[in-house]
Amino acid sequence: MTNEEIKRRPSNPWYEAGRRLLKNRIGLLGIAFIGILVFIAIFAPLIAPYDPLAQNIMGRYKAPSSEHLLGTDEMGRDILSRIIYGSRISLQVGLFSVSIALVTGVFLGLLAGYYGGFWDMLIMRIMDIMLAFPAILLAIAIVAILGPQLRNAMLAIGIINIPRFARIVRSSAISIKESEYILAAKMMGASDVRIIFFHLLPNAMAPLIVQTTLSIATAILEAAALSFLGLGAQPPTPEWGAMLTDARSSLQQAPWVATFPGLAIIFGVLGFNLLGDGLRDALDPKMKNV
Amino acid sequence: MTSYIIKRLIALIPVIIGVALVVFLIIHLIPGDPAQTMLGERATVEAIEQLRESMGLNEPLYIQFISFFKGLLSGDLGRSVMSNNPVLNEISVRFPATLELSFCAMIFAVGVGIPAGIFAATHQNSFFDNASMLIALVGVSMPIFWLGLMLIWLFAVILGWLPPSSRLSVGVELDYITNILLVDSIIQLNWDAFKDVFSHLILPSVALGTIPLAIIARMTRSSMLEVLKQDYIRTAYSKGLQDRIVVYKHALKNAFIPIITVVGLQFGVLLGGAVLTETIFSWPGLGKYLVDAIYARDFPVVQGGILFFAIAFVLVNLLVDISYAAIDPRIEYK
Amino acid sequence: MNYVKKLSLLLVVALVVVLFSFSVYAQEYGGTFVFGRGGDSVGLDPIQVTDGESFKVTQQVYDTVVMFKPGTTEVIPGLAKDWEVSEDGKTWTFHLREGVEFHDGNPVNAEAIKWNFERWGYEDHPYHIGGEFTYYAYMFQDFPGVIKEVNAVDEYTVEFVLENPQGPFLNNLAMVSFGIASPEAVKKWGEDYFKHPVGSGPFKFVEWKQGDRVVLEANEDYWDGRPYLDKVIFRSIPDNGARYMELRSGSIDMMDYINPEDVQSVEENDDLDLILRPSFNVGYFAMHQDFEPFDNVLVRKAFAHAINKEALIGAFYAGLAEPAKNPLPPSIWGYNDEIEDYPYDLEKAKELLAEAGYPDGFEFDFYYMPVPRPYFPQPKMIAQAVQYYLSEIGVTANLLSYDWGTYLDKYYDDQFQTYILGWTGDNGDPDNFLYVLLDQTQNNCGYESEELHEILIEAQKSVDKEERVALYEEAQEIIHEDVPWVPIAHSTPPLVKKTMVKNYIPNPTSTEKLHRVWLDD
Repeated sequence: MTNEEIKRRPSNPWYEAGRRLLKNRIGLLGIAFIGILVFIAIFAPLIAPYDPLAQNIMGRYKAPSSEHLLGTDEMGRDILSRIIYGSRISLQVGLFSVSIALVTGVFLGLLAGYYGGFWDMLIMRIMDIMLAFPAILLAIAIVAILGPQLRNAMLAIGIINIPRFARIVRSSAISIKESEYILAAKMMGASDVRIIFFHLLPNAMAPLIVQTTLSIATAILEAAALSFLGLGAQPPTPEWGAMLTDARSSLQQAPWVATFPGLAIIFGVLGFNLLGDGLRDALDPKMKNV
Repeated sequence: MTSYIIKRLIALIPVIIGVALVVFLIIHLIPGDPAQTMLGERATVEAIEQLRESMGLNEPLYIQFISFFKGLLSGDLGRSVMSNNPVLNEISVRFPATLELSFCAMIFAVGVGIPAGIFAATHQNSFFDNASMLIALVGVSMPIFWLGLMLIWLFAVILGWLPPSSRLSVGVELDYITNILLVDSIIQLNWDAFKDVFSHLILPSVALGTIPLAIIARMTRSSMLEVLKQDYIRTAYSKGLQDRIVVYKHALKNAFIPIITVVGLQFGVLLGGAVLTETIFSWPGLGKYLVDAIYARDFPVVQGGILFFAIAFVLVNLLVDISYAAIDPRIEYK
Repeated sequence: MNYVKKLSLLLVVALVVVLFSFSVYAQEYGGTFVFGRGGDSVGLDPIQVTDGESFKVTQQVYDTVVMFKPGTTEVIPGLAKDWEVSEDGKTWTFHLREGVEFHDGNPVNAEAIKWNFERWGYEDHPYHIGGEFTYYAYMFQDFPGVIKEVNAVDEYTVEFVLENPQGPFLNNLAMVSFGIASPEAVKKWGEDYFKHPVGSGPFKFVEWKQGDRVVLEANEDYWDGRPYLDKVIFRSIPDNGARYMELRSGSIDMMDYINPEDVQSVEENDDLDLILRPSFNVGYFAMHQDFEPFDNVLVRKAFAHAINKEALIGAFYAGLAEPAKNPLPPSIWGYNDEIEDYPYDLEKAKELLAEAGYPDGFEFDFYYMPVPRPYFPQPKMIAQAVQYYLSEIGVTANLLSYDWGTYLDKYYDDQFQTYILGWTGDNGDPDNFLYVLLDQTQNNCGYESEELHEILIEAQKSVDKEERVALYEEAQEIIHEDVPWVPIAHSTPPLVKKTMVKNYIPNPTSTEKLHRVWLDD
């Protein structure tokens, strides 16, 4: 049995998965949510009724009206416009921080899984140590070191998500590295790089895609939490979590300041969670629905 | 079984040493000077230098680590820079508050999540099933701090039914014995205090418990569904056993293993979530204290507190593994 | 006509007398007064602490040699009933009240006062322990600093010999930090004295539940008369909103630090009063002259014209502040009211910028404090508003912040191009604002003025108050012309009390004794 024969299966599994995804109502709903989000982010300047930074401190805490559909905040800024521009930041945070986690995690996971031995021990112990901290606490500590800025918050969220990816790739690599076709490929003189990129990685692709989608959702949540604590996006940036920071003291007077940015966060996060669920069903019907 | 537990405990040692080292390094990488923070606008160069000297901050890093580690082995985590009390005292006062909150949140999550999951599974594709799973998905997508704000707004500000923050009303007298106030008020047979403590626990517990609730409900449903499809359940059906008995006796018993894993893992997540929940509800627990300590650059407290959190987290995970092993006969104690 | 005038004057006088006597007769003894505050005390040994929450309590437990008249920074007798100063301003002699006792029964005499000052000032004193004695070194410029020696001339006469004359010396002695402790109690408790305070003040220490409450009870034998209240309890309720809810529900009688958003509802509530602490602080926006283009006075003046102080105060202080035109708050003598502030005028600001060579603006970093202080109750919002004002004259400020410790660190290290910060006075002397904040040897905004320096040093050495007033007025003119800062506001921190709490007179220095406060049940 040659290498080529194994790679070419009767029907393309990715095509099959795509077909299943399009039949999956949950996944489609997720795609729709994300589509709306991306649309808003791209066309923010055209959609937003006001400049998200324009202040009017004589008109603070105005209730929703036809002039300001979602009211104004503690600086007299239009909340709707800020939410619309905030979509850009949340998408950016999600993609950027998950990219860090994905690239680093996959690299470490392959190293540990494929080479085993010392590397495996070292890397997985480090991952264990990282997992021993509550994630948000670790992120707070990292931002405390680097300084409170959105860029550093994204980095911190990227770092705390590394272990998940490393574990997925490692276990997938271990499960097939002793299999006959990998051994055969080795005997035929395939280089490590070739084996890693053409055999091990594709094998881990399905769980990786699912994990990436779900991680974008949690990354948006974590970034909002950091910004809420004053450790992420800095004023006057219209970040959804940061918009809630000062909302507690005005809950009685202006509950809309607290309400709407939170709904925006749910909308964005829900989109990626729905897509993640749908992808899991489509890519691997056997995977558990956790 | 015993040897399995011992082996697992031994395996924890390098992790805990690693955690201690990481915590120590994090602390010393954080810019900012506790002496400066304490002295505020009036800090002079001499005063800062003097304070640094007396706090041992002028020693070389490795000496500081050695003395930190020595202290650790003898259970001494140093004294808080801000309050001058031993760090272990500060933690032992605040951790019970976090524990109490996490525990109540867990009861809420399990108490609602498991029945909802079972009901959804046994009525698959019913309206309840779809609705509850949609709600669960929204629950997972919700920021805790926002949920907290909304609960405060609705139940404390608008309706005025429940208190918005803290653990005990100012007028209520209660001696702190265990620092778990539900227990304290029961010991002292002080029912007014018990009611007051309980009413303070409701909102933060709901805020903290919602995400685990959603995850547990989804997990329960899916593992129940899996078990229900299996042959022996069908056999039981065909023998004419009543629905209810089949579900509770056979299916639940088998579905319980993954559920317990998730519950255990969520307990760890709760400890992390406590950081945000405690901040919103001004809950005087370890999570809020730690965040405050990071801002104040109170090094001994941050060191001791994070370490304590991490160890608690690791131990909970170990406990989950052990109970997992105890329940599932298929797992060997390697 | 004259007759009517006289009659009405008489009526007014009669009315005042009646009202006054009525209020005197209505004063009642008894009751427990619960004060809700934002944080716990750090320690109860006043020389070791620097935070207001500690001073609130030690103010009740301790007496000082002299003290501030209620509601002012004027010095009046305390443990000393009178005093005199030598011609050269170097020797101060205080005559103590006789028969005053500490709460543990020991006498408050010249020896006890000498012992306290030696404990604070001599680093080799056996009881120079338990902390850093920060305020001693700060006010007297080192250990032992300005105070060369303290002598017990006889049982009730104590003499201070100074290294050189210090203008603010008497004001310093009145500060709450220099509360006289019972030497026997300090010896008994050692390092733990901060939990077991013993002074001679109007209230005795009863109990401190850390993180929760401090309980005090009336000192029956207080030299200024027994306090009206039986008990005072300070409770810590960190969240401003929650504390306000407790006040409305009645479980506390008074509170400080209310959210500006809640001020209006206090005014609408008949059972609550808002009282304002006289302003003793300044919040300012500083431009560091080591950085271009802030070395150009035209740019600094342009900024002064661009910021609308009235609007900031309306929005972020709930109106409880006055716009600042000088670094010195108006409650302190020497304040120069002749100075005319730069008016809010965007056109003028743009003209000045163009004249300075920046018609198209420029970009710079602007740092704001991470924590609220009395002078900036909402620093993040104020910074955003200032940033927006500046954007309207075409300059771009990048908002940045650090945690409080790092923030101050970088401020002292002259790393900020522009920043907001402030100051709350210590002892009610203008030197404590002008020299400390703006002298070229002290300031952290790169401001150098030899002229100002000479005036401030001359004022420090002088013992003639009129001469000092003239010097400080001149100093403020120089500062106004040079614009090292844009002073923003002097806040009047609000306190909220139940109307049944009577005769609470807030002092500008942030703490006050409560023995004249009474409850009208």
